[in-house]
Amino acid sequence: MKASHLPVYNLRHFPVRTAALLLLVALLAMSLFCGSIVITSLQNGLDSLNARLGADIICIPATARSKVNTDNLLLTGTTGYFYMKSGYLDTLAKIDGVEQISAQLFLASMRADCCSVAIQVIGIDQQTDFTVQPWIAQSYGTALGDCELAVGSRVTSGVGESIRIYGVNCPVVARLASTGTAMDTAVYCSMDTLRALLEAARDLGHNLQIDGDPEDVISAVYIRVSPDTTVEAVTNDINLHVRKVEAVSTRTMLSGISDSLDGVSGTVSLLIAAVWILVFVVLILAFAMLAHERKKEFAVLRVMGMSRRMLAGTALVETMILSAAGGVLGAGMGALVVFPFSTLIETRLGLPYLTPDAAQIALYALLSLAAVLLIGPLSSAWAVFRLSHVDTGLILREAD
Amino acid sequence: MSVLEMKNVSKIYGELKALDNVNIRVEKGEWVAIMGPSGSGKSTMMNIIVCMDKPSLGEVFLDGVDISRESSRSLTNIRRDKIGLIFQQFHMVNYLTAVENVMVSQYYHSIPDEAEALEALDRVGLKDRAKHLPSQLSGGEQQRVCVARALINHPELILADEPTGNLDEANEYIVLELFRQLHAAGTTLIVVTHDPEVAEAAQRTIVLEHGRVAREVINEHFGAKN
Repeated sequence: MKASHLPVYNLRHFPVRTAALLLLVALLAMSLFCGSIVITSLQNGLDSLNARLGADIICIPATARSKVNTDNLLLTGTTGYFYMKSGYLDTLAKIDGVEQISAQLFLASMRADCCSVAIQVIGIDQQTDFTVQPWIAQSYGTALGDCELAVGSRVTSGVGESIRIYGVNCPVVARLASTGTAMDTAVYCSMDTLRALLEAARDLGHNLQIDGDPEDVISAVYIRVSPDTTVEAVTNDINLHVRKVEAVSTRTMLSGISDSLDGVSGTVSLLIAAVWILVFVVLILAFAMLAHERKKEFAVLRVMGMSRRMLAGTALVETMILSAAGGVLGAGMGALVVFPFSTLIETRLGLPYLTPDAAQIALYALLSLAAVLLIGPLSSAWAVFRLSHVDTGLILREAD
Repeated sequence: MSVLEMKNVSKIYGELKALDNVNIRVEKGEWVAIMGPSGSGKSTMMNIIVCMDKPSLGEVFLDGVDISRESSRSLTNIRRDKIGLIFQQFHMVNYLTAVENVMVSQYYHSIPDEAEALEALDRVGLKDRAKHLPSQLSGGEQQRVCVARALINHPELILADEPTGNLDEANEYIVLELFRQLHAAGTTLIVVTHDPEVAEAAQRTIVLEHGRVAREVINEHFGAKN
């Protein structure tokens, strides 16, 4: 037995008290860890969306307004489809300030015998695409062949498996990196594949509300604006001069998301601050009560020769042990809450949500630990000071 | 040679003189009892002897060192090195076993040595209870652990404050018997007590009244009882 083990002996001897303090500290660490992960995931989601979007303007048929919320087009993950004549691509390409332009074609599979799953299928023009291809290129080196699919990270089918869409078996050749957005729930294929799937759907009798030849339709046009003009100018130009097409600035979409993210981040930060203030006050009170309760114990140790510095050290080591254990426990509990339920959190928040990588998670765990290692001793500082200045004559007077 | 000498010691709190010009001398190997009613100054005197308080006036020599002039840190060292304390309320550390309570005292003095601590418990007849917590020991057993704790560092002086105040007759007898053994081994003992029977076990009794030494009584039967 060493006197340096006194803190451990004490903590072990009072398991209920130790557990209560441990839980309080764990709550601090958990709130900080979970809060940091949620805020970072939201920020990562927005960054990822920004990076993945690539386009400055998205043009959709004006009639699509009644089918989808364009403000939330990229986030809802709702399966859907709408079409316009492919001639609009040429019209839009002629608008001043359009630097890059590419069309996409949408199709939604169904929960029916013809399809394995209900899923959003997006056909890209591999000759001109500048939004999805760089993303596909990260996990698949070559262009997508006939009927080949690249699937988002949250699609259950994996590489080597097939997804049946309107009776056509499409092999999955690539799984894309997670973006934290609805893009993760979609599958991607070439424009030719999608047109073939449109034909198959029509052959099966599904009314896709295509006005004209399926070979001659597109769903959306993605535009990158040249640096010598502004996105707003081009958006206005399109909305003024191209009839039956609605141009939406992605910056507007992102700014809406960004505002929501700021709101959520602010609320989460406020909650963390509230938890910390509350638990800090509770800890100060708990340590003060403990100091009162343990006055005699420390007076005995002082009488036996423990110096004030040793006493303060012993009390501080106890707090540090509690803080360290509570910090690890809190981060662990936080991980159990924030990771398994990340999809639920994302759904409830309705915002892009991309969990940080392992290194960043480890960093937040360490930061949470460091924060409680600081706040624990800080909250016990007054109690430790009082203990170290305990009147050692108290015990003797008491017996008089 | 004196272990303790108080010369013209007074302790004044405002207008109250807790100790008023006290002069006492305790020789090495002597067993002295200090008696007195509540408020007579016993506790104040104890606090000064065990280096937890300083006199307002006068000098206190402990083993030749004037402790009335020492710093707080130095007093902690003197208390640790020269004094063994026994309390009425035992004051064991409740989350440590009997042997660990003894070893804590060793730690602050030198180096914890479990074998030596067990030997000290053996001397008070509690070696078989070494691994028990205070809550698992009777009052008498706890007081015997305190005796072992007080003597483990071979102090110049053992100071016991009402050591039998919370004990039944049988345990009182055991503790006094231990004091007799310690005295026979040459240990200096100062016992503060209300109990005349406990005081009679000592060689000499100093009676305090109103902060002053009212009288000193030599126990003429001391040899016979021992």
